[in-house]
Amino acid sequence: MADDILELKGISLSFGGLKVLSDVSFTVPEGKITAIVGPNGAGKTSLFNAISGFYKPQAGEIFFKGENIGHLHPPKRAKLGLARSFQNIALFRGMTVLDNIKLGAHSHLKTGLLAALFYIGKAQREEMALREEVETKIIDFLEIDHIRNMSVASLAYGLQKRVELARALAIGPQVLLLDEPVAGMNREEKEDMARFILDLNQEWGMTVLMVEHDMGMVMDISDKVVVLNFGQLIAQGTAEDVKNDPEVIKAYLGSGNVSDMRRRLGVEAAGSE
Amino acid sequence: MRIGDAVSTYPSDEAIFRTQTQKVWMGIFIATLLTFPFVSSPYTLFLACLVGIAVISATGLNILVGLTGQISLGHGGFMGVGAYTAVWLADNMGMGLALSMPLAGLLTAAVGVVVGLPSLRVKGLYLAIATMAASVILHFIFVHWEPVTGGNAGINLQNANIFGINLNSDLRMYFVVVPLAIIAVLGERNLLRTRIGRAFIAVRDRDISAEVLGVDLLRYKLMSFGLSSFYAGCAGALWAYFFKVVTPESFPLDTSIFYLAAIIVGGMGTVLGPILGAIFMTLVPEILKILTAVVVPILPNAQVLLSPVRVVVFGALIVGFLLYEPHGMAEMWRRTRRYSHLWPFKT
Repeated sequence: MADDILELKGISLSFGGLKVLSDVSFTVPEGKITAIVGPNGAGKTSLFNAISGFYKPQAGEIFFKGENIGHLHPPKRAKLGLARSFQNIALFRGMTVLDNIKLGAHSHLKTGLLAALFYIGKAQREEMALREEVETKIIDFLEIDHIRNMSVASLAYGLQKRVELARALAIGPQVLLLDEPVAGMNREEKEDMARFILDLNQEWGMTVLMVEHDMGMVMDISDKVVVLNFGQLIAQGTAEDVKNDPEVIKAYLGSGNVSDMRRRLGVEAAGSE
Repeated sequence: MRIGDAVSTYPSDEAIFRTQTQKVWMGIFIATLLTFPFVSSPYTLFLACLVGIAVISATGLNILVGLTGQISLGHGGFMGVGAYTAVWLADNMGMGLALSMPLAGLLTAAVGVVVGLPSLRVKGLYLAIATMAASVILHFIFVHWEPVTGGNAGINLQNANIFGINLNSDLRMYFVVVPLAIIAVLGERNLLRTRIGRAFIAVRDRDISAEVLGVDLLRYKLMSFGLSSFYAGCAGALWAYFFKVVTPESFPLDTSIFYLAAIIVGGMGTVLGPILGAIFMTLVPEILKILTAVVVPILPNAQVLLSPVRVVVFGALIVGFLLYEPHGMAEMWRRTRRYSHLWPFKT
């Protein structure tokens, strides 16, 4: 059994009166692919934002490699090894693909202003070492060598997503957080992305935590699936376990019971005769 | 036609001049710059010096506005700080330009960082107003701190020399200004090849995701303000050495707008843009002046009649650029180059 690299304990988050997450606890095993699924509005992206530090949960703790990281700001968490991609592409549109990826490595570089202005010795060596690493490890791996010098604004959606993954890899993460990596993609692009995620996991030993709507992909590649519904964790386990869990089936397909639905929507007071 | 580029190493792929042709053209360009002052008339030499100074200043503003996306209307004020400081250092401490200009640049950078502090909170138009307020305050200081600035009368530069050579002619100034302009532009180009340039652009394009990737917004915004002001301070110092007098009216608010216009017309965020923009903004009024002079034999009082028209034509040209080439002259140049590379095939 693999060790857990990331552990969430009793995470609760609300915006004003709106309860987004209530008492969510689960673990992410190291070197595995974990997926968070759930119907729209289940709180998946909010959970992601809590993990990467954009939202501060009102209750609960987040442990990364046994260390409580709940109080750290997003850049600090990134530096520790939590890299994320965004649901809506957040690339730097004025830069080339190569520069976008290089920016991922920003906090590992040391060149100062003077060295940068004159591009002397150390600055040049650092840039060249970075270029080589980016080229051999990331660009080759993700098969984006043909677009490396293009501006990201001119790329197709699927490629932009791939560049975003490349940039997240350049951070040098230990856990990769992917927010809907295949949303809006066509079948071919989805298959490519699934293949990259699997390769990352198998060849690099990367721990992946992803939010995804595409059930087919989730069931195919995940080692562990966590199901959220209305901010509550309703099931977790292997893809097979989760698929047959009655709670999950109810969440996705409904139970056929009207009062059940009313209860879930929180309208029992208004709806009861 | 050019087919591919046979680079096989990363250093040669990231070099500034990647092909033999580019190096040859650059050599020709440098040779032209070197021979130009010996064949030009005193008037064009005078203009060339002005263009050189404008290139340094516009490049500085481009680092802040074009690369980092922080608008500033304080650039003229920063040039003023550099000019006054350089004159004061030269006359009171007996410094040569080699010392007084960098020191003036450093002091201006410090002022720039302070003026840049609001950028952490405000963006866009609000930042424009905040920096404009700074430039008004600086103007006030220039007028009222008489022991140092000489008040409204300004101060004269008595001791204009570099390494003991008296900078008393435009020719000598030319050979100071042009190499410095080249260094300034190379500095900006190099910056773009390293983490700092990338961080600047990241702050401009999407500051939130820049922060997630570990780019410290505070640090890079202030660094950009400082560097941009350093360029402005050096340009102001050169301006003072060139005209040998600085008054509060040497750097009015118009100067800031002049440089903003220069980088917009030239092409913001490119290396070439501020150069072309500085040339355009400095030379076009002069060219228009010459054109009106041509009409004089036919129409004796053309100078009087046409001088307001000149301003209108200049304004119309700028508007024309905004309408038809929002990416500036640099984009036009890029397209022409592309066309020539692919000729005889269509782009």
